[in-house]
Amino acid sequence: MAKHHIQAQVNGDEVEFLCETEETLLDVLRDTLNMTGSKEGCSSGDCGACSVMLDGRLVCSCLVLGCEVGGRRIETIEGMAQGEKLHPLQQRFLEHAALQCGICTPGVLVASKALLERNSNPTETEVRYWLAGNLCRCTGYDKIVTAVMDTAAAMRKG
Amino acid sequence: MAETTTNGHAQSVVGTRTVRPDGVDKVTGRARFGADFNLPGQLIGRVLRSPHPHARIVSIDTSKAEALPGVKAVITRADFADQPSEFIPAGEMMMNYKDVVRNVMAREKALYEGHAVAAVAATSAAVARRACKLIDVQYEVLPHVIDAVEAMQPGAPLLHDDLFTVGVEPRPDKPSNVAKKIEIKQGDIEAGFQKADLVIEREFKTAPVHQGYIEPHAALATVSEDGTAEVWCSTQGHFIVRAHCARLLGLDIGKVRVTASEIGGGFGGKTVVYLEPLALALSKKAKRPVKMVMSREEVFKASGPTSGATVRVKMGATKDGKFVAATAELKYQAGAFQGSPVQPGVMCAFAPYDIEHVYVVGYDVVSNRPKVAAYRAPGAPISEYAVESVVDEIAKKLDIDPIDLRMQNAAREGTKAAYGPKFGPIGLEETLNAVKKTEHWNAPLRKWQGRGVASGFWFNIGGETCVSLTVNEDGTVSLVAGTPDIGGLRASLAAVAADELGVPFDKVRPIIGDTGSLGFNFLTGGSRSAFSGSMAIVEAAKQIKADLCARACKMWEAKPEQVEFSDGAVRPLGALAEKAKPMTIADFARVAGKTGGPIGGVGRINAQGAGPSFGTHLVDLEVDPETGRATILRYTVAQDAGRALHPAYVEGQYQGGAVQGIGWALNEEYIYGADGKLQNAGFLDYRMPVASDVPMIDTVLVEVANPKHPYGVRGVGETPIVPPLGAIANAMENATGIRFTELPMSPPKVLKALKEKGLNKA
Amino acid sequence: MARVVLVGNLAQLTGGVTEFELSVTSVKQLFEQLTELYPAIGRHLDDGIAVAIDGQIYQDSLLEPIRPDSEVFLLPQIAGGSTSR
Repeated sequence: MAKHHIQAQVNGDEVEFLCETEETLLDVLRDTLNMTGSKEGCSSGDCGACSVMLDGRLVCSCLVLGCEVGGRRIETIEGMAQGEKLHPLQQRFLEHAALQCGICTPGVLVASKALLERNSNPTETEVRYWLAGNLCRCTGYDKIVTAVMDTAAAMRKG
Repeated sequence: MAETTTNGHAQSVVGTRTVRPDGVDKVTGRARFGADFNLPGQLIGRVLRSPHPHARIVSIDTSKAEALPGVKAVITRADFADQPSEFIPAGEMMMNYKDVVRNVMAREKALYEGHAVAAVAATSAAVARRACKLIDVQYEVLPHVIDAVEAMQPGAPLLHDDLFTVGVEPRPDKPSNVAKKIEIKQGDIEAGFQKADLVIEREFKTAPVHQGYIEPHAALATVSEDGTAEVWCSTQGHFIVRAHCARLLGLDIGKVRVTASEIGGGFGGKTVVYLEPLALALSKKAKRPVKMVMSREEVFKASGPTSGATVRVKMGATKDGKFVAATAELKYQAGAFQGSPVQPGVMCAFAPYDIEHVYVVGYDVVSNRPKVAAYRAPGAPISEYAVESVVDEIAKKLDIDPIDLRMQNAAREGTKAAYGPKFGPIGLEETLNAVKKTEHWNAPLRKWQGRGVASGFWFNIGGETCVSLTVNEDGTVSLVAGTPDIGGLRASLAAVAADELGVPFDKVRPIIGDTGSLGFNFLTGGSRSAFSGSMAIVEAAKQIKADLCARACKMWEAKPEQVEFSDGAVRPLGALAEKAKPMTIADFARVAGKTGGPIGGVGRINAQGAGPSFGTHLVDLEVDPETGRATILRYTVAQDAGRALHPAYVEGQYQGGAVQGIGWALNEEYIYGADGKLQNAGFLDYRMPVASDVPMIDTVLVEVANPKHPYGVRGVGETPIVPPLGAIANAMENATGIRFTELPMSPPKVLKALKEKGLNKA
Repeated sequence: MARVVLVGNLAQLTGGVTEFELSVTSVKQLFEQLTELYPAIGRHLDDGIAVAIDGQIYQDSLLEPIRPDSEVFLLPQIAGGSTSR
């Protein structure tokens, strides 16, 4: 079977690549585009380590096929900082020690950013339920939730 | 009091919440974990695994796989030399090389579903998958056994015909599945129980659980024609990986260089080798680099979950609440090869308490499930779950407050532990008091809500450590440590170096060096990396300070007693101060070449003096009687850190371990079918806590200095997983009136128990 | 004379004797004397043993000093130490 030729937009850049039918968007990002920030934890959409935004929607890139993203807009962890300026979420995760091993962190940050873009004043429960699709085994989630809520408060102040 | 001064001045970095130096790369996705490395020309490796839990491997025909275009190497048991029996430390447990070589690649038998039987290296993952399907393995399927108690029965399927129980007199003449029997005793158990007014005896059962690290095992290996090899892998101990691989592949240790990638969780499960020897063997054959990454299913089926166990506990107390006698019998699964953590389980069981008469016996039992690997305080959560449950029953029956009862019997400095030595200064009482003082302890509870408390501890270890500190030409400091950083180590070590040398925190750049850069480092585990690493840094800093003082003496034509290092500089004392000005580290750095050469120090130690860390956990939960689901409402951890080098990362260990304990208590378990195959090898059905399952985890940092460490540090990483199982079981009893003696207390089991008592209505 | 106690299965190698009074000044001497008394125990002292001297646990520390009035326990090792044997 011939490979698919796909053109899409990743973090604002136009990209084009070839992929097999069975390759996921995660495979393409990591192995073809050499963007290893999105992580593979389970390949079954249960851990969220591969979270990216697809046309503004939070998805598990392991559940999206590479050949499905033609003409679409993808945002990954690599596009979260603006040049040398970290996104407020990234900054506060560091300040609150909201990461230990860091493997879940890209997925958690992408998911948290998606939340704050929808809801600038989430309650603790809303944050926890929104992030329920992002497994973390190190932190127990406490400092992650604190960092997200603290960022929301700071961003509301402007 | 914990040591808060260095060089006579208050520490300015240690004890503060600095931003970790490796943090920016982690929040931007730049940090390179095991699967993030690639080499030009690399092949993709894949393992063929046994579908049977127990089978003789009659033959393996790899010819069709080898003929497939794109396949560059195929390996089987034939590619690994057999290893003689020799025990080696594997983290906090012992492994035998004869077993290691068989676990890495099955030899005579496949001993668990998922056991590696062959491996291929091919030009793509797709070709590698196809190649594995072309390998023809003839199995003679054998009956299997998984449960430890069942495996101990005469007539149970036998895994190894050369396994004779050690620790039984006389030595058995027939092999069995019991590798070892161990005992500890003190006093006279019979006499002890005579003195008891109340005796409680219970049997408990736990299921195997997995460490649950989100990053699967990954390794990339390349072997050159002259026998030198390089490995990048996700590991808790790259020097251990080097040692195992050198041994298994027959290479000189000095010819193998291992680089530890960033590690996405380990918790003890990455202290052993699985893929590394396979990737090396494939690379040696294919003459190209080989990259191997486990799938999540492989992680569950082929790495090392902890033991499932059966534990019987009997305790006797006077009516005033004094524990007079305690015995326990532990039967732990070891998996396919011997080496469960039953020994630490035996030693930890009653250790938090001062009991005159103790007898604990433990059995290490093999069975057809993956070989056990360490999981955070290996063995202790299981035995202490059982003991803390019985302690709770005693408290209830004697109508004594559960914290007061523990306080009355608590081990203190000078108490003789049941496993022998007397404790030095310890913080169990302080943690009990800390919990009692919280607002949590007195908060009101409603119907179907319950509160539970439990204590626990872990010994902690020291071990061989080598850290180098180098002063660069501009006065910045390069710190190279050799224990992979699994949760904030670099921040803690850089803080110690900053305070020791009197340089700003952001002028210290810590990295984890490869095995070629440092002397031997034992792995990250045993709650040792901050404890030992900081000790080694103090040594390295001492060398630098002595060197700089010596250089100053030469430059100022002074005697040693006329100079001293303080507050980041070598200072002239007394009259010398009139003709010499203090020189900072940066000042010396500028003239290093002219005054003798590069400035640096290496701390090379076998760190001793690790102090145990005690903890007490308090939990409130609510049970939904219609579904059996338990929701954690509130959780407090009080634990003794000795001295918290970085409070946020110490809190992080408390919180993370507590949540792993919550998962273990309420939902996680390996579910095997009657066919011996794992039914829930994925995160959907192996249900770990998610963010919506848990509340904030409140922490209380207790600091009872460890007198054997220059700063008073105690390791903290493992203790947090020890109390939760008992605390949550006690809270469940408090909420439902039912004592659950089987873990996990998952909704179907809770609902069934409620129904049996007619309680399943709101 | 230091008082030395064997914990756990080690007693099986000494025919059940668990307590000794030995005149030793270091862990290395202690191991040597025990091995002289009970050759079977020698192999186990090489690996897999932790030594508690007056309450402080040491692992792989042959040169650690033992005082004349020390209380010494030999325990199963919690592991730690080099694999280069």
